[in-house]
Amino acid sequence: MRAKYVLSEVLTGLWRNVTMTIAMMITMAVSLTMLGASLLLYMQVDSMKTFFYGKLEVAIFLKTDVTDQQRNALRTDLTGDPLVQNVIYESRDVAWQRFKTQFKDAPDLVNATKPDSLPESFRVKLRNAEQFQSISDKYKGRDGIGEIVDQRKLLERLFGILGSIQHLALIVAIVQGLAALLLVANTIQVAAYSKRREVAVMKLVGASNWFIQAPFVLEAVFAGLVGALIAFAMLVAAKFFLIDGSLKSLANLLTPVPWRNIWLMLPLLAAVGAVVNAITGWITLRFYVRV
Amino acid sequence: MIQLEHVTKTYPKASKPSLDDVSVSIEKGDFVFFIGPSGSGKSTMIKLLLHEVAPTAGKVYVNEKDVTTMRSWKIPSFRRSIGCVFQDFRLLPNRTAYENVAFALEVIGKSKGVARRVVPEVLELVGLGGKEHRYPHELSGGEQQRVAVARAFVNRPLILLADEPTGNLDPDTSIEIMRLLDRINRTGTTVVMVTHDSNIVNQMRRRVVEIESGHIVRDQARGVYG
Repeated sequence: MRAKYVLSEVLTGLWRNVTMTIAMMITMAVSLTMLGASLLLYMQVDSMKTFFYGKLEVAIFLKTDVTDQQRNALRTDLTGDPLVQNVIYESRDVAWQRFKTQFKDAPDLVNATKPDSLPESFRVKLRNAEQFQSISDKYKGRDGIGEIVDQRKLLERLFGILGSIQHLALIVAIVQGLAALLLVANTIQVAAYSKRREVAVMKLVGASNWFIQAPFVLEAVFAGLVGALIAFAMLVAAKFFLIDGSLKSLANLLTPVPWRNIWLMLPLLAAVGAVVNAITGWITLRFYVRV
Repeated sequence: MIQLEHVTKTYPKASKPSLDDVSVSIEKGDFVFFIGPSGSGKSTMIKLLLHEVAPTAGKVYVNEKDVTTMRSWKIPSFRRSIGCVFQDFRLLPNRTAYENVAFALEVIGKSKGVARRVVPEVLELVGLGGKEHRYPHELSGGEQQRVAVARAFVNRPLILLADEPTGNLDPDTSIEIMRLLDRINRTGTTVVMVTHDSNIVNQMRRRVVEIESGHIVRDQARGVYG
């Protein structure tokens, strides 16, 4: 009986103020979509880091006038180095072959490059990709070594861009979230005002506080849940049309966003929407409306 | 049943207290009028008993419970032992007489079945048999106040507080409401009524406590107004 009473109060409450309810749900949905997108990007950058850093290596380019002795000494040192996982030697020939396949779509570039202009190099895979600096310090300036390049540096710009997109999404989520919270507070104040007679009688005859407050708080929670559902639908749509759709061409640069992560957003966003709205609703009732 | 011990209540920003060192004791089953001019502090008395306001100093006991130190979460169950009637009836306009009374039961967790059994009974008691399904605007002032009394009494409270219940009614209707309150008092319910209706007080010949600018100036069994 009481559950039925509370539920019907929630529904009539939402319907009574339907334009406000819709506004509340939309802002909530936008905020949660952005929060979801931000979280997905965060997970994405993380998985891309492990994916790429596993493949990345430090390239130690040798000078053209390197002697056999210098080369062999370097190979021995690198193989025995505790920081190093493995070492591959890339001769000028191999470098040239790789260059040709890499730029086979740009024959002009290939034609303009002389085979012996590409340096030979050691491709060093580190045990811990973070330790580039120590490797660099150790071998820099040694005879025969031209340049030491950390391929990680090249990717960091990409991660930087992804990171700023993530931050931007998070900022939008927070700003929209703030707007959503103000709308929730306002909706509850309006609802409490339109039910002030009922509330006065309930207090007079001794209805418990939770019984008086529950319909208002549940209204806010309901709006939060609907907002979360809409946000989830937006993320699914983004996965379909954006990630698997128009951004497909970037697939070999960006690791795929698994459905598992998208599904994870449903309970997460629902929980955030419901809990945040419940707290806002309760605070509004407790400190502003004094129901 | 009800005891005020040296109660002082000063509202914020008020220059002098509404009640100043008031002590009064009301026994179970009493019928007491609090009389006095407007602003004398009568209504503050009702608010203190309901724990709508807390006293600035002194102690208020209702049903042997110290209201002044009561935790806020205990107030709802405390109020279930008190019925309340006001000058402006405070009925819900979009509910019928039956629904208004049933509402008071439903919101404290009583089932619809209990309401179906108890509400017609109490409406009959207040003399509204046959008018259960009228809305407040379809009832006269006196009838509306009867609905309010039914709502206050449906829970069989130990105490009935009435804040100028006849203030909006004509003399004849007022007498009828007083007969009703008298009937309720005879069931053993303590009735505390705030009024400045001298006619009624003189007719009832019950205990009269007169308040003037925050002080009790008279406390008389079987008293009259002036």
